[in-house]
Amino acid sequence: MSRPRVYLDHAASAPLRRSAVEAMSAAMGVTGNPASLHGSGRRARALLEDAREDVADALGAHPTEVVFTSGGSESDAIAVLGGWRARRETRPRVIVGATEHPAVIGVTGEVPGTVVAAVDADGRLDVEALAARLGDDVGVVSVQGVNNETGTVQPIAGIAGAAHRHGAWFHTDAVQAAGHLRVDFGGSGADLASVSAHKVGGPVGVGALLVRREVRLPPYGLGGRQEGGVRSGTQAVMLAVGFAAALREAESARETESARLAGLRARLVDGIVDGIVGVRVNGGVHVSPAIVNLTFEGTRADDVLLLLDREGIDASTGSACRAGVHQPSDVLLAMGRTVAEAGASIRFSLGHTTGAADIERLLGVLPGIVATARDASGYAAS
Amino acid sequence: MGDRMRVLVAMSGGVDSAVAAARMVRDGHDVTGVHLALSKNPQSFRSGARGCCSLEDSHDARRVADRLGIPFYVWDLSDEFAERVVDDFVNEYAAGRTPNPCLRCNESIKFSAVLDRGRALGYDAVATGHYARLDRDGDDVVLRRATDDAKDQSYVLGVLDQDKLRHSLFPLAGTTKPEVRAEARELGFGVAKKPDSHDICFIPDGDTAGFLTRRLGTRPGDVVDEDGTVVGRHDGHHGFTVGQRRGLQLGRPADDGRPRYVLRIDPVDNRVVVGPREHLAVARIDGIRATWTQYPVLGGWRGLAQVRAHGEPMPARIDSDATTMSVLLDHPATGIAPGQAVVVYDGDRVVGSSTIARTEA
Repeated sequence: MSRPRVYLDHAASAPLRRSAVEAMSAAMGVTGNPASLHGSGRRARALLEDAREDVADALGAHPTEVVFTSGGSESDAIAVLGGWRARRETRPRVIVGATEHPAVIGVTGEVPGTVVAAVDADGRLDVEALAARLGDDVGVVSVQGVNNETGTVQPIAGIAGAAHRHGAWFHTDAVQAAGHLRVDFGGSGADLASVSAHKVGGPVGVGALLVRREVRLPPYGLGGRQEGGVRSGTQAVMLAVGFAAALREAESARETESARLAGLRARLVDGIVDGIVGVRVNGGVHVSPAIVNLTFEGTRADDVLLLLDREGIDASTGSACRAGVHQPSDVLLAMGRTVAEAGASIRFSLGHTTGAADIERLLGVLPGIVATARDASGYAAS
Repeated sequence: MGDRMRVLVAMSGGVDSAVAAARMVRDGHDVTGVHLALSKNPQSFRSGARGCCSLEDSHDARRVADRLGIPFYVWDLSDEFAERVVDDFVNEYAAGRTPNPCLRCNESIKFSAVLDRGRALGYDAVATGHYARLDRDGDDVVLRRATDDAKDQSYVLGVLDQDKLRHSLFPLAGTTKPEVRAEARELGFGVAKKPDSHDICFIPDGDTAGFLTRRLGTRPGDVVDEDGTVVGRHDGHHGFTVGQRRGLQLGRPADDGRPRYVLRIDPVDNRVVVGPREHLAVARIDGIRATWTQYPVLGGWRGLAQVRAHGEPMPARIDSDATTMSVLLDHPATGIAPGQAVVVYDGDRVVGSSTIARTEA
């Protein structure tokens, strides 16, 4: 009998919540295109709008501000690329943080003259330095709420305020914030915010872009102009329903869950720092309770992950793979780490199914695993 | 052996290593598949459906691992491969020698970098899809030719020593290629019909001379006959190998009108020496950097010598010490060049190898 696996990769994809399974099971049998005017269509549309209202309610937005998308990456692209296209005539510049998700960093290749705002050793943006880059040529500023690799929380309110003082739109990738930190779209000062269902225990394949009503985005892709004309394609009613159910559940339990996860995270960090030498905790003190990123000096992350996998523990580096090989994390490199340090770093991410026993099982095997991985890379502790 | 082991299978994406992995699983071992990424830019290697380096191959290997239900990882060994295999290949040609990169890869990547890393990570052995047999002689592991002569790959494994062989497994041992393909079909592997790879994996178009020219540039020099008379020009001696006849582009025919062959490369004077076929004959080979599969054989003994992956085993008298060997062929042979490996056998048992430093008629 093999023991159940310990899943510490919630930031990659969280296990589906029961509430989402039940809501989707009920919606699965519903026939109809929400754009159709007949009875079946009306029923599908009602489910979709119920989901939209729930998502809006959970995130402090108005239902008309919710644009359903295929997920976080599409939301980011619609926001940043769309925002730039909407304003490029008068405000052609875009500013993004150096540690943004690839879905945002990817636009730097499409938008000439994108400014990448530097972060400090903890991965945090300097609001003053970013403000100094602002001018009346900047159309969009995009900074994530919580970094997906390190859990670093950005000073969103300050950045939003600075952006607005210069007339720029502010977009935040809130994919890793939702469900763990309060996301109050209306009160945050953000003009655009991206969220993803499967990071909060909803299904993969759906997300939302919150768009403040005063903001007009051009269509992204061509077609039937659904979702306020921004995102064409028949809406995935069942997925939206699952998304709403998961987000509702996550939000209703958020305060107690965040405190619980913060306790687990503290136990994990203390246990690792006490039990293993040559460890650095990345991400600083302003950090999500759900993510911990550690550098195990003298290891190859791939070896640590292989050994964890063998012990039945799922974790990741959090950074991009190319052809099945982890690449040194651009996020950690932007934080000033060396290629060797970036290549020796692991992300553990926690969530609604994580319990104290999971953390203890990890702590039980990790010192041996790190020692083995150091041996495999020929590292001699100094 | 015989007990349940933790085995790392090097999975190229081809049919041989796929079946090797399946047999390790069938035998009850705790198996992990690993594909070696040997280029920083996988697309720059093969673009077809074969070889050891392309994205398709990695995908094919992963799909076999999926079917077997074993963990699968890709290990990036591109830096080691570039330095120890590709650079070595280029440097050897620049020095007028003819290297065997597959053998070098086995020696310094698969059964070195991968084996060492695997052992450190707790694996008992590395298994590959090579066609060769291992058996026991007391405490020693003995490397022998595969049963299928046509596929025998013992030559490219001849550089392995006892320490490496003790932690190596060749599950295809006594199988023929058609049997391996049939087994892959029965297992439902998509790679069952995948063609064999023959080329050098980092030269996907097969144009070795072109590859070397890109790396080494053009270095014009003379083509001379054995008297030193200039009979033509070349763009770089690295474009030639001993025994080559085609592509010499000689300005004038030989006095006797017979075809001429590359007899040797003289890197110091950047000359390619040509002459008649019979002058290619080599009776004595001197090898350096000897390796031994079990123990150094000291003194003189009779055995078989092989100088190419699928070359003929040639009866010879061998005189060896721990680091060198001289091989006196019973019947002189052609197409033997410095840089090639000579692998020596006692019957079907691989005894050792060395790198050919010089040859004599």
